[in-house]
Amino acid sequence: MSSWILTLITFIPLAGALLLMFIPKERPNTIKWFAIVVSFVPLVLSVIMWLNYKTGAAQFPHGIQFEVNLPWISQLGVNYRMGVDGVSVPMIFLTTLLVPICLIYSLIIETRPKEYFWLFLVLETGMLGTFSALDFFLFYVFWELTLVPMYFLIGIWGGPRREYAAIKFFLYTLVGSVAMLLAILALYFATPAPHTFDMMAMAKAGMDGRFTTLGASLVFWALFLGFAVKVPVWPFHTWLPDAHVEAPTAGSVILAGVLLKMGTYGFLRIILPIMPESSQRFWMPLAILALISIIYGALVAMAQKDLKKLIAYSSVNHMGYTMLGIAAAVAPGVLLNDRATALNGAQMQMFAHGIITGALFLLVGVVYERAHTRDLDSFGGLGARVPVFAGLFTLACFASLGLPGMAGFIGEFFVFRGAFPASILITALATIGIVVTAAYLLWTVQRVLLGPLNPKYEKMPDIDVREKLCVAPLIFFMLLFGIWPKLLLDILNTASLAIGAMFK
Amino acid sequence: MHLAWLIPILPLAAFLVIIFFGQNLKERSPYVGIAAIAGSFLVSCYAAVTWLAGHGKTGDFICNWAPYGSDMIRVGFSVDALTIMMLFVVTVVSMMVQIFSVGYMHGDKRFPRFFAYLSLFTCAMLSLVIANTLLLMYVSWELVGLTSYLLIGFWFEKPEAMRAAKKAFLVTRVGDVGFFLGLLLLYANVGSLELSKIFEHHTLIAMAAKEVSIPAIGAIAAIILGIFSYGFAAAALKGAKRLPIAIIAGVAVFAIVFALMHSLSVSLSIAAIAALLLFWGAMGKSAQFPLHVWLPDAMEGPTPVSALIHAATMVAAGVYLVARMYPVFHIDQRALMVVAAIGAFTALFAATMGLVMNDIKKVLAYSTISQLGYMMMALGVGGYTAGMFHLMTHAYFKANLFLGSGSVIHGTGTQDMRQMGGLRKKMPWTFLTFAIGTLALAGFPGFAGFFSKDEILLTAYHWEYGKIIFYAGLAGAFMTAFYMTRLVAMTFLGKPRDPSIHAHESWKVMLIPLFILAFLSIAAGYIGIPGHSIFGHYINPEVIGIEGMVEHHFSLVVMLLGTLAGIVGIGIASLIWIWPVLKFDWLKPSFGWVQTIVENKYYMDEINDIVVIKPLMFVNNAMYAFDRWVIDYAIVNGVGWFTLILSRFWSVFDKYVVDGLVNLVAETSKIGGRVLKFTQTGIVQQYAAITVICVILLSWYFLILR
Repeated sequence: MSSWILTLITFIPLAGALLLMFIPKERPNTIKWFAIVVSFVPLVLSVIMWLNYKTGAAQFPHGIQFEVNLPWISQLGVNYRMGVDGVSVPMIFLTTLLVPICLIYSLIIETRPKEYFWLFLVLETGMLGTFSALDFFLFYVFWELTLVPMYFLIGIWGGPRREYAAIKFFLYTLVGSVAMLLAILALYFATPAPHTFDMMAMAKAGMDGRFTTLGASLVFWALFLGFAVKVPVWPFHTWLPDAHVEAPTAGSVILAGVLLKMGTYGFLRIILPIMPESSQRFWMPLAILALISIIYGALVAMAQKDLKKLIAYSSVNHMGYTMLGIAAAVAPGVLLNDRATALNGAQMQMFAHGIITGALFLLVGVVYERAHTRDLDSFGGLGARVPVFAGLFTLACFASLGLPGMAGFIGEFFVFRGAFPASILITALATIGIVVTAAYLLWTVQRVLLGPLNPKYEKMPDIDVREKLCVAPLIFFMLLFGIWPKLLLDILNTASLAIGAMFK
Repeated sequence: MHLAWLIPILPLAAFLVIIFFGQNLKERSPYVGIAAIAGSFLVSCYAAVTWLAGHGKTGDFICNWAPYGSDMIRVGFSVDALTIMMLFVVTVVSMMVQIFSVGYMHGDKRFPRFFAYLSLFTCAMLSLVIANTLLLMYVSWELVGLTSYLLIGFWFEKPEAMRAAKKAFLVTRVGDVGFFLGLLLLYANVGSLELSKIFEHHTLIAMAAKEVSIPAIGAIAAIILGIFSYGFAAAALKGAKRLPIAIIAGVAVFAIVFALMHSLSVSLSIAAIAALLLFWGAMGKSAQFPLHVWLPDAMEGPTPVSALIHAATMVAAGVYLVARMYPVFHIDQRALMVVAAIGAFTALFAATMGLVMNDIKKVLAYSTISQLGYMMMALGVGGYTAGMFHLMTHAYFKANLFLGSGSVIHGTGTQDMRQMGGLRKKMPWTFLTFAIGTLALAGFPGFAGFFSKDEILLTAYHWEYGKIIFYAGLAGAFMTAFYMTRLVAMTFLGKPRDPSIHAHESWKVMLIPLFILAFLSIAAGYIGIPGHSIFGHYINPEVIGIEGMVEHHFSLVVMLLGTLAGIVGIGIASLIWIWPVLKFDWLKPSFGWVQTIVENKYYMDEINDIVVIKPLMFVNNAMYAFDRWVIDYAIVNGVGWFTLILSRFWSVFDKYVVDGLVNLVAETSKIGGRVLKFTQTGIVQQYAAITVICVILLSWYFLILR
């Protein structure tokens, strides 16, 4: 059982999708509720998995547990190898948490609900597989599997410029994927014969030494491109605002909540362990790109007039903290504890950004459903009319700007604490981001909620039960991990120590 | 003292109860908040008693909070004398303010929520006070900022209130960055954020010994002063030549400062840098120049909020932070000198603005900034006890004054002192308590402020680096007495100036807190009588492990000078506003421009707008334009178009070259066919002739040529 739990978590959504095809499309409610029920199964299983994960077991390769390893295409050395460690368990939990929330939120979908829910379940399998695959071939299959459903979700259920956004999203990410594929092949042929796609074997050996310096750099930057597009790291971010603005609400939640994390997950799972020497050599460019993402993302977010686009740019800003943590963790000459701190921060920030930005996108959806606009200048004074919505929105904004007591702060604090020994200058410059982030979020709160009530919205109804059900769990976890971070950090720290120990 | 954690938890519970059940509680919400704070007060008393009984030794409450690497961040609470003093200040003032608010906020549509926020604030403030790690202090520090934001913007329908709330949060956040960096620097050097670890003697010595030189300090100073001068000139000047003159002023100041200071190199110890970064945070919270700009605007909040948060407790948190971290400041005197300079400057600078304001709350706000500067100044000159003593007395009398002004506003419906006058008769109890607060603030003998101010002046007098701070302190005392007398005269004395205002005395629920605070505005001073100071017995540098600080003995000269400054201030102000012998307007012909500058608050808001906000907005939009047109349009879409053009080219190539070749083959065979078809005539004679010719040719080839 314990070794098959990952397979179950990953493929139950796909099995659900297959069964869903047999429900006639004239019964949309049956379809919707069936999908929701199916999506709860991986959630329950992932909680069970988390509870059974043994923390503190920092043996190499970083405490992989619940492992399966079966030959798949043995002629090519491809295995069905799945397993989780402290990096992936919270990501799997985050995914299985966000999908049911998105599906419940999507109960209002009326156009082609069958296809919509089908695609969502397929998407879930792709995401979960990405977070649990330990074989490069398998990883790539899952990685690409997430692209197609998201392409359709944006392209069919999106806003007015949905086709442009969907194609841009697909092509841009594909460019990254192709670079990654080349890197994967280079790594494959560099493994000793018989060649293998096994990531754990590659990590154990450390692949830098098998290339010339130039070759290792090329592989590193190819992998970087593959993941940086997804994160997104400046300057590869411009697909994100378009995709977010056009995507349906639930699509935005998944995009920001999970798909972006696949990028930084790639750094933690693949680039750092497999190319440790190159990572260390290029830590400074990474840190500088992270710094630019932080400040640039915050400044550009402040210039936005569209609420959703503002939050999209805030993702560039916030994922920049994650990248800063990752870069600082591999800086030469810092202590293991500092590396672990930086990695804890990066991972915490991934999780926190997932739930906080997820909640923000849901709340933007709530207000958009009512006002049919996202133009920041057209709101005003909603706080007086919709107090519960106002409270939740304010809370989410404060979480996003890193208010202590909520999860976002823990991530930022650990990133800064970890990055400080690596480079005081970059850390100090990055704190500019803290102020600008506060500025644009408070300004947003002001423009949407405060001031005299715009008479257009005199009859706006407050947030309803379905929407509350979607937002409440996210708020709960924001506060829980903000007040008692140990619950999450215990498991993250296990992985951070193992990854950090690979660097000198 | 394992019950200490209850102190902040009780108000938190009250917050949760009110926020979730406020709709049902309605008018009963305050009972929950007041009961909780009363509980906290009782637990604080218990903590004080056990602390005394344990002769200053109490167990700490500490727990694991977050792991990193092989170590653990721990947070917890502990109780010492300073904490106990702060606990009493916060719980007492919070309780008074909540009782007062029952009357003041009566009928407000968000009545329950007000008490929820007050409870949340109290929780955060109490945990700030009893935290024993810098991290928990920072967390609470930010949370009090949040509640301050929520309460300033409590009437968020008012555009001024919402802007003031945002401004308060952002300006203090600029300070918080300093606190945060200071915290990181200490963490990196100490390896822990627990106060007891930071204060270990050898740690401090090591940090004080490590000198770091700071490059280009002169150039940075020149740039900052140049920009500031430009902003000042641009804000102050009117007319067409405004910008050229402003630019010239900015460049000139930059050039002069740069010429004088470009070779200046400063080297500071790690301890001093950490202390100054922490002080940067304290400057934001305690509204020290130049981060004071948010506090006067914060008066948009309901008056009880101004009393609790923006006078008595939260704004004093910065002073408390410096006092709490005093060992770090003290180990390198250079840090303390900066504290003294900024504090003294702020004390005078803010007092001048207090002289000319006409809004009753604004006068009190500038007075608060000035008094906070006074406390900072005291700490800076080594007056640890004096600064803390003044923090305590100030909390009581300033809360008294603010609640008194709330009572006035409630009774008259206006904040403009020019519309008031003669309220003495209509609001006798408010007047009485307000007068006591005023005398305490002015340092009149026998009132609380007298004792604490005297203590500060005494330390400043004995400061080893000169008397300048002492004179600044005297000038501050004079101005304080002056503007407070003006305030009382304009509000309570004389005749009513606006017949449309029908003032009435406030309800008992509002008067009772005023009485209690008025009592404390007198009584609090008597625990610090020079020579027999109970306060100084428990709260002094030796208690926190700083040796070798001289205890200054009572000096009659200092006391007389200090008292004189206050009495002269009261006297001159009386001669202007009570018995109009002198006229303020006499100054106008020669000092009118000074008055204009001061009335415009030294153009600080405008400078802010010109040198920070406008450029920031410009950069935002420029960045976005860059993002949109360069990165996205030119590069990303450019790559797309390039691909498209390339694909067009290849499609043409495909059509005419690749496909052309294919077609060429076809065409060739077609043409070949066309040519060959002429041979297919169907005439037998021709076929026979061709056969004969071919036979002849082949025979010739095979037989003759070979």
